[in-house]
Amino acid sequence: MKDMDADSYTTEDGRRIGGVVMEMRNITLRFGGVVAIKDISFDIREGEIRAIIGPNGAGKSSMLNVISGFYNPQEGEVYYKGERRPPMKPYQVAQQGIARTFQNIALFEGMTVLDNVMTGRIRQMSSGLLAQAIWKGKAEREEVANREQVEKIIDFLEIQHIRKTPVGRLPYGLKKRVELARALAAEPSILLLDEPMAGMNVEEKEDMSRFILDVNDEFGSTIALIEHDMGVVMDLSDRVVVMDYGKKIGDGTPDEVRNNQAVIDAYLGVAHD
Amino acid sequence: MPEQFIWGMEVFLNGLMAGVLYALVALGFVLIFKASGIFNFAQGVLALFAALTLVGIMEGRVPFAHLINATFGTEIHHFGWHVPALLAILLTMVVMVVLAWAVNQFIFRHLVGQEPIILFMATIGLAYFLEGFGDMMWGSDIKKLDVGLPQGVNSVIDEVTYNIFGYGFFIDNLDLWATLVAALLVVALVIFAQFSKHGRAMRAVADDHQAALSVGISLKFIWVMVWSLAGFVALVAGIMWGTKSGVQFSLSLIALKALPVLMLGGFTSIPGAIVGGLIIGVGEKLFEFTIGAPYLGGATEIWFAYVLALVFLVFRPQGLFGEKIIERV
Repeated sequence: MKDMDADSYTTEDGRRIGGVVMEMRNITLRFGGVVAIKDISFDIREGEIRAIIGPNGAGKSSMLNVISGFYNPQEGEVYYKGERRPPMKPYQVAQQGIARTFQNIALFEGMTVLDNVMTGRIRQMSSGLLAQAIWKGKAEREEVANREQVEKIIDFLEIQHIRKTPVGRLPYGLKKRVELARALAAEPSILLLDEPMAGMNVEEKEDMSRFILDVNDEFGSTIALIEHDMGVVMDLSDRVVVMDYGKKIGDGTPDEVRNNQAVIDAYLGVAHD
Repeated sequence: MPEQFIWGMEVFLNGLMAGVLYALVALGFVLIFKASGIFNFAQGVLALFAALTLVGIMEGRVPFAHLINATFGTEIHHFGWHVPALLAILLTMVVMVVLAWAVNQFIFRHLVGQEPIILFMATIGLAYFLEGFGDMMWGSDIKKLDVGLPQGVNSVIDEVTYNIFGYGFFIDNLDLWATLVAALLVVALVIFAQFSKHGRAMRAVADDHQAALSVGISLKFIWVMVWSLAGFVALVAGIMWGTKSGVQFSLSLIALKALPVLMLGGFTSIPGAIVGGLIIGVGEKLFEFTIGAPYLGGATEIWFAYVLALVFLVFRPQGLFGEKIIERV
């Protein structure tokens, strides 16, 4: 049995799960009169794979957008690494070490795979504008060092063969993988995956699941992902938050969630009154 | 006929160098268009404003002198000092960066996500505002700009060609310098855009705003950077054209000459702007020399570039080097 309250523990397959890295407290998000998220709290632990699931329109994507700073909630607090996070712009959140992918893929279509992944390293490159304009010393060393790291990630995700291909020419499944590579290149404290298997066939889904597990295992990445395909999520995640109509209806290990009556109702479509 | 041919060569060379100056202006357009999708009508006025500011600083003119004198009944026009050219260029660049910041802060920041036509209209407004503002700041008299670039016929080329062809080519030193500077500028810009972090960020912003935000790129920073770069290119163009024909209102009209260059080269390609500029420069000079002047009564340089661009548009709408839109169906 896992003890959620202890600061850290080791999973059955030997991965170490650390303390809380991000905590959402009583988040409420409204669009005009529509309540997308209603008073939701949960946390994400270091090194775990944390899933947010729920039927379409449950507010999962809104929640991911709150974490990544694309939306600012009207109520509630976000704690990141133990400190309360003030309202931020998405790029500031990214600079803090939270990388994400998008459900309908947001890559730089006109740029090559390599260039796309390199943009993920922006946070790690600190040399100033002038130094780069002159292209000397530090800027050059930095570019080379980052390039090595990026090549490692490209190898890891098995996209070496398309390194120089413009992303616009790639099929959907590969684009998803490139987007994952770009997010991973940022060496994020939290990796947010927005429906990583959406629109994939069974084989592609299996590949993606394998990559997510490998990434978590190899790099020790903390991963928070959204999915509406329950089967995939249950095999993948350490803990699951279940949302329905903007509310949290379950939170726990896959087994706990599977046996939760409210969750079963939501998925089997019991009428809401 | 060999005489005709030799003259033709001279015309060709002069065309090449005129083309470089067109390309310089077109470059400013391309930079902003690539990074923000804005077709910047104000690019020509930006060059005028840069040149005005440079002259003003060099000659130690008091900015807004007319306004100050009219308000306080004073009679001040000059500080009474002269700033060396290099320092004045640096100071002008500082002014252009501040201008870039202001343009983003007060105009384009509020227009994020608007239709391209709205952005275009905003740049027209900006162009006329800047024109008036520049006049108010530095006065509307025609100013002479001399930053120490050599002018007049290049005697070496004159002599060498005289010895070979028995006819000395007239190549202006200023044009030679402009060519050299433009070539360096282009190489630097291409290297910057392709191989540096900020260049990559610039291309990323041009490609997808949302994705750029998600990897931690600040749109504001990139836009100010791009407008500053465009301001820098405008300054270089302003120096060249201003030295050639004086700093005056007509300087802003060179922007219109950049339009056919862009249609030829493509709105998104830096090398395209260069090649487009060269083709237009050489094309209009040669056409005038071979057909225009002898058969059509001359003055074909006014319209030749536009007609050539029109022909190009019909056969290759994305320009010579423009990005072909790749889309999987």
